[in-house]
Amino acid sequence: MSEHTHDHDHHEAEGPHVSLKEYVTGFVLAVFLTVIPFWVVMGNVFESSTTTAIVILAFALVQIIVHMVYFLHMNFHSEGGWNMLALIFTLILVFITLAGSLWVMHNLNVNMMPGMMN
Amino acid sequence: MSDNTMTANTQKAPLEFLVKGDHHPQNGTLLGFWIYLMSDCLIFACLFATYGVLGRSYAGGPTGMELFDLNLIAISTSLLLVSSITYGFAMLQMQANKVKGTMFWLAVTGLLGAGFLGLEVYEFHHLIHAGAGPQTSGFWTAFFALVGTHGLHVFFGIVWLVTLLFQLKKHGLIPANKRRVFCLSMFWHFLDVVWIGVFTFVYLMGVLP
Amino acid sequence: MFENLDLTKLIFGRLTWDAIPFHDPIILGTFAVVAVGGVAMLAAITRYKLWGYLWNEWFTTIDHKKIGIMYIILGLVMLLRGFADAIMMRLHQAMAFGDATGYLPPHHYDQIFTAHGVIMIFFVAMPLVTGIMNYLIPLQIGTRDVAFPFLNNFSFWMTTGGAVLMMASLFVGEFAKTGWLAYPPLSGILQSPGVGVDYYIWALQIAGVGTLLSGVNLLVTIVKMRAPGMTLMKMPVFTWTSLCTNVLIVAAFPVLTAVLGMLTMDRYLDTAFFTNDLGGNAMMYVNLIWIWGHPEVYILILPVFGIFSEIVATYSRKPLFGYTSMVYATVVITVLSYLVWLHHFFTMGSGASVNSFFGITTMIISIPTGAKIFNWLFTMFRGRIRFDVPMLWTLGFMVTFVIGGMTGVLLAVPPVDFVLHNSLFLIAHFHNVIIGGVLFGLFAGITYWFPKATGYKLDEFWGKMSFWFWLIGFYFAFMPLYVLGLMGVTRRVSHFEDQSLQIWFQIAAFGAVLIAVGIAAFIIQLVVSFKRREALKDETGDPWDGRTLEWSTSSPPPPYNFAFTPQVHDLDAWWQMKQHGFQRPESGFIPIHMPKGTWAGIVLSGISVVCGFALIWHMWLLAGVSFVGLIATAIYHTFDYDRDYYIPAEEVERIEAERTRVLANV
Repeated sequence: MSEHTHDHDHHEAEGPHVSLKEYVTGFVLAVFLTVIPFWVVMGNVFESSTTTAIVILAFALVQIIVHMVYFLHMNFHSEGGWNMLALIFTLILVFITLAGSLWVMHNLNVNMMPGMMN
Repeated sequence: MSDNTMTANTQKAPLEFLVKGDHHPQNGTLLGFWIYLMSDCLIFACLFATYGVLGRSYAGGPTGMELFDLNLIAISTSLLLVSSITYGFAMLQMQANKVKGTMFWLAVTGLLGAGFLGLEVYEFHHLIHAGAGPQTSGFWTAFFALVGTHGLHVFFGIVWLVTLLFQLKKHGLIPANKRRVFCLSMFWHFLDVVWIGVFTFVYLMGVLP
Repeated sequence: MFENLDLTKLIFGRLTWDAIPFHDPIILGTFAVVAVGGVAMLAAITRYKLWGYLWNEWFTTIDHKKIGIMYIILGLVMLLRGFADAIMMRLHQAMAFGDATGYLPPHHYDQIFTAHGVIMIFFVAMPLVTGIMNYLIPLQIGTRDVAFPFLNNFSFWMTTGGAVLMMASLFVGEFAKTGWLAYPPLSGILQSPGVGVDYYIWALQIAGVGTLLSGVNLLVTIVKMRAPGMTLMKMPVFTWTSLCTNVLIVAAFPVLTAVLGMLTMDRYLDTAFFTNDLGGNAMMYVNLIWIWGHPEVYILILPVFGIFSEIVATYSRKPLFGYTSMVYATVVITVLSYLVWLHHFFTMGSGASVNSFFGITTMIISIPTGAKIFNWLFTMFRGRIRFDVPMLWTLGFMVTFVIGGMTGVLLAVPPVDFVLHNSLFLIAHFHNVIIGGVLFGLFAGITYWFPKATGYKLDEFWGKMSFWFWLIGFYFAFMPLYVLGLMGVTRRVSHFEDQSLQIWFQIAAFGAVLIAVGIAAFIIQLVVSFKRREALKDETGDPWDGRTLEWSTSSPPPPYNFAFTPQVHDLDAWWQMKQHGFQRPESGFIPIHMPKGTWAGIVLSGISVVCGFALIWHMWLLAGVSFVGLIATAIYHTFDYDRDYYIPAEEVERIEAERTRVLANV
């Protein structure tokens, strides 16, 4: 019964193990992924706005994944996979909320205020 | 503690229905905090959705393209980005059980965060002076709500960080404090992730012709 | 002294003596009753020196069982208030025809229907559901408390804080006159300049904090703290539905927080989210609030499906038919509930493609729900059914809920909805599923687990009275509304010209009176059972021959729930233990690690209520001070590291020996 003479936080190895390499890799990648979109926009690299938008959104997506992996240490086995499950579920809901709202409200404008849609 | 259990599902042996001895369920703080962050994520989703819907409702007022200053945003983005790796250094120090080092890097992180906030306040001040306040139009309302909510999170992150510095000073790297440092790290990096969405969706796409 | 008006404004905001409704005899009468009752209660507590007991054993407790019971008490008290609103509306509508104007002025009537909706959803259904989950989940999964015991206490008090603000609106100022979801622009500052909508906002925001945190808490509890051996597919079905409900809570309530936050900014800071001018978009509010609102109805119904599943299995003396399909159906409903929100506003005008999409998803969601109904039917098939009160509620539910579900599928057809939107048909539909589903389930659950929580069963006779009056009263009260809705009568109307409609409203009012008798019978049942508690005593801890772990411990359970953590091998763990002739250990007890009570929950909630009240009345000084106080108190609390203690082995041994003695006499 000696183990509970101390307080009960004896799960020392809580949370994932982190390493310098991980943080530095993440940081370097993040710097590139930040600088390039800024450069693309500020330097007017592409003629069309649509191309620019798609490019910077793609970079944002990759950078979010980089932050998730290298800074938030997301993987499929921490906390028995529940972290990842929660994240995926949330991302689905974020997608539904964003895409759904935009779709619904766009349709509303098209149908109810056609004059304002040019 | 499950080594004490007498699982005897084998032939003939009677089933054991109790865990003899002390049984401690796993600590759920890190998972719980992560789930809280996921719910926070949905608050931001709503703000992004609103910004998306009201994103062209200028009501005859100024547009984002006219007023956004990308140089400023580049600086504040880099502050936040650097604060991510300094927090990482704090985590490494904590892993090596060095209180002083942990506190030092946490303090650096906090200062970078404060710098970010300072720039944001400056930007808001500047915008309001230029005639683009939260009351100006649906667009600016949604802008201030989204960027402001992120800023508010950073602010409370700093309040938490300062509190944590005192607690580290008082109790050192006891397991409870380690957990708190870990939770704050998730909070901090999460805000960084949200900021990626903000600078891409609001600022970079906002100045596109 | 009074020339400095600004100071008065700074301190009192817009609160003046005019805010107290002296001119309204109904409210004044209510206030008198509440005041006399309240003073009497406080006096009694003081007289019998109960303050210390209440503070130490209840208000500051972190015991999930006591918190669960407090949630249920809160829900039942608020049910009385919400029902008072309901019957006032029914009586008013039954008489307000032609020249008769009824007894409620329109501005009061509008507050009543708003308050009724808000109270019933947020302060009756939610606390009751949360209370039952809180009480049962740790017991069903064989653990000693929830994952974050302090947070649990805090959550409860925040919910209560919201309820306190809600009740305060009755006597100080007014409540919203906007309907329970407070759509702008009606709820905007131009159309609702008073404090009503502000009461609405802050009551919901404060209660919402509690709901969200309790969702996180129970979710982590289920994920992390299950007894060894209890894999996901060996969890009791109520725990499963609770897991899904808490996922929904965590994922839906932030949306409510966000959208109410935006409405708050529109009202307080003059922003332009949902305004008519400056490019605001009121329909965005409707869109967002239903992204929360639709999952919310599943938050209420899913745990109740779990309750019915437990009851059907126990009273049919069979394992639940199709456990796996039940679990999958629940998970499917959880995900689908995020894809149907637009069916609440088909008439907004977003066009055929959008409406068809949401119409179809809505119809799809009835498939897993239907599967559940069949599972319950097949569980009963060839079972040895005992028609006890919980089973009666279950049968009443199955019939009533199917009717409500089918009218729901009708409403899911967009062209039909264009005819029936905001009509009394809709009102009949959602009462059909919420009363026939959620409320019946809660009563079934309360009756079923009452002996576990108190140590004695509920009186059968008054339980049956309550059930039959509720059931028959429900049909009298709401079937006429279907008829009226089909005839085109819309909701929230306080006066009618067409005399031919009156008879239907009178029948509905009669139904409401029957329901009132049902509620009275329930209260009588509680009193009678308390008086007969010796005769109704449950000493075994397992009065219904139950199947899940909560029945393996005593009634009421000891503070630590289980002297030893159970080891689970199968679904229906307790049933299996009984089949294998499980023997309770009578020695070898060890100290048990438990969390300590804390003052922080009730204090933080109290400060939040003050802060909310100050914000409602624009008392900026008090608002600022209390907000800073709130943060400071929270920070101060984080410096308390000493949050647990051990129940010594001797104490465990004493409690268990007492139980051994009781069991020997059974």
